[in-house]
Amino acid sequence: MTGGLLYHIGKFVGWHAEIFKRPENMKMYYKETIRQMYEIGIGSLMIIFVVSLFIGAVTAVQFTYQLQGTLIPAYYIGYIVRDMAIIELAVTFSSIILAGKVGSNIASEIGGMRQKEHIDAMEIMGVNTASFLVMPKIIAALFVIPILVSVAAIVSIGGGYIATIYGGAFTAEDFIQGLRSFFKPWTVCMMYIKAFVFAYILTSVACYQGYFVTGGSVELGHASTRAVVYGIISILIADYIIAVVLTS
Amino acid sequence: MIRAEGIFKQFGDQEVLKGIDFTFEASKTNLIIGKSGAGKTVLLKILVGLFDSTKGHVWYGDRDLCSLNKAQLRELRMQVGMLFQGNALFDSMTVEENIRFPMDMFTRMTVGEKQKQVDYCLERVNMEGINAKFPSEISGGMQKRVGIARAIVLNPKYLFADEPNSGLDPKTAILIDALISDITDENKITTVINTHDMNSVMEIGENICLLHEGKLAWQGNMDQVIESDNDILQNFIFASPFLQKLKNRAFGTT
Repeated sequence: MTGGLLYHIGKFVGWHAEIFKRPENMKMYYKETIRQMYEIGIGSLMIIFVVSLFIGAVTAVQFTYQLQGTLIPAYYIGYIVRDMAIIELAVTFSSIILAGKVGSNIASEIGGMRQKEHIDAMEIMGVNTASFLVMPKIIAALFVIPILVSVAAIVSIGGGYIATIYGGAFTAEDFIQGLRSFFKPWTVCMMYIKAFVFAYILTSVACYQGYFVTGGSVELGHASTRAVVYGIISILIADYIIAVVLTS
Repeated sequence: MIRAEGIFKQFGDQEVLKGIDFTFEASKTNLIIGKSGAGKTVLLKILVGLFDSTKGHVWYGDRDLCSLNKAQLRELRMQVGMLFQGNALFDSMTVEENIRFPMDMFTRMTVGEKQKQVDYCLERVNMEGINAKFPSEISGGMQKRVGIARAIVLNPKYLFADEPNSGLDPKTAILIDALISDITDENKITTVINTHDMNSVMEIGENICLLHEGKLAWQGNMDQVIESDNDILQNFIFASPFLQKLKNRAFGTT
């Protein structure tokens, strides 16, 4: 098992030399990158919005319950929702959702192209397929996912506000005071660092699983599942490492 | 001219090709024939560089495919067109975008020049007016023709076709054969077709290589097929009882 893992890590790292080669035609790569930005960004906006709204709301409701009967000031709820959304929930939840939605989509798309000989056809034409099929997706993800994470953070805080105010637990003033208390700009930097790293991980892992798929539709299904599972595990490991490094 | 020299290919313990030596002649329609599992597709993929051979060399003129670096290989592939068994047309692109793709990727032609070349290629395969259709909106035979149009759009020196007749009715299969043969003659292309279609063998086989269990079992041309006394060839060509009866009637044998 360790041998297999090391083999795939080595292959994955070595494969990057092919991915980041000079494009044959910048215009084609640009067009493909824009298409991918649309697919990843607009295609994921709704689910990110809905999930973030409820995560913010649930965080607020749960902490309201926890804080009842304590001496902690009411406005702390805004502070807690804000920091949890920015530092952890928006970026990690969004990336996990995207690993599921975008990751499986990418693995299926590239794997399907492999099975239908589209990749062979491009190779025969002289296209560097690793670069043409993967680089635009990674670049698109690096642009779009941090934007989605920003949306997720804002919507989460909005969800917390709605749940708190309309739940009748606190006043709007308390929540807003909390939002404006103890703010450290560094937490926003942390969010974006995580967003970039997670975007890279979820896209490259999914592309790898799709690109090297062999066999038929069952194997393609397995590759798609692996893209999601390995993507999520890698994101969680990276999350821990980044948290340790950036808070030490 | 393309020359396969001592080609061996092994997948794990299974030896698929066992020392193939064959010359695919320039400006001719060369056929690789044989039963399913004989190693035809593997040989074709080795010829175009999609598979590496375990041992042996593939020569394009005086260039050894196995010793080319990636840049040289890409340069060579610009001279190669290929028609795949499943057509390999990009589903998300229209017919026109499919044919234009190699030009978009590798040439600095103007929009007008590209359009002219797309229209010429579609006209050449008798498929005018379907530019805006998607591959899923046209029939299998039409997809084959579009695949041919895409393969010839950059005026290749070498054309490869992996079972171009598979899944087609006999009449359409004959038309596809004739089209490939005509394009080969007109443009002096070296064409290599992998097939087990008997019509192809008898109609367009100018240079034929019969594979059997990974070895070269016979070589010749369409005129020599009937006269040959090679058992493997005869068993392959006249495999069906119907063709066997026809042969017996024609040659007065029992």
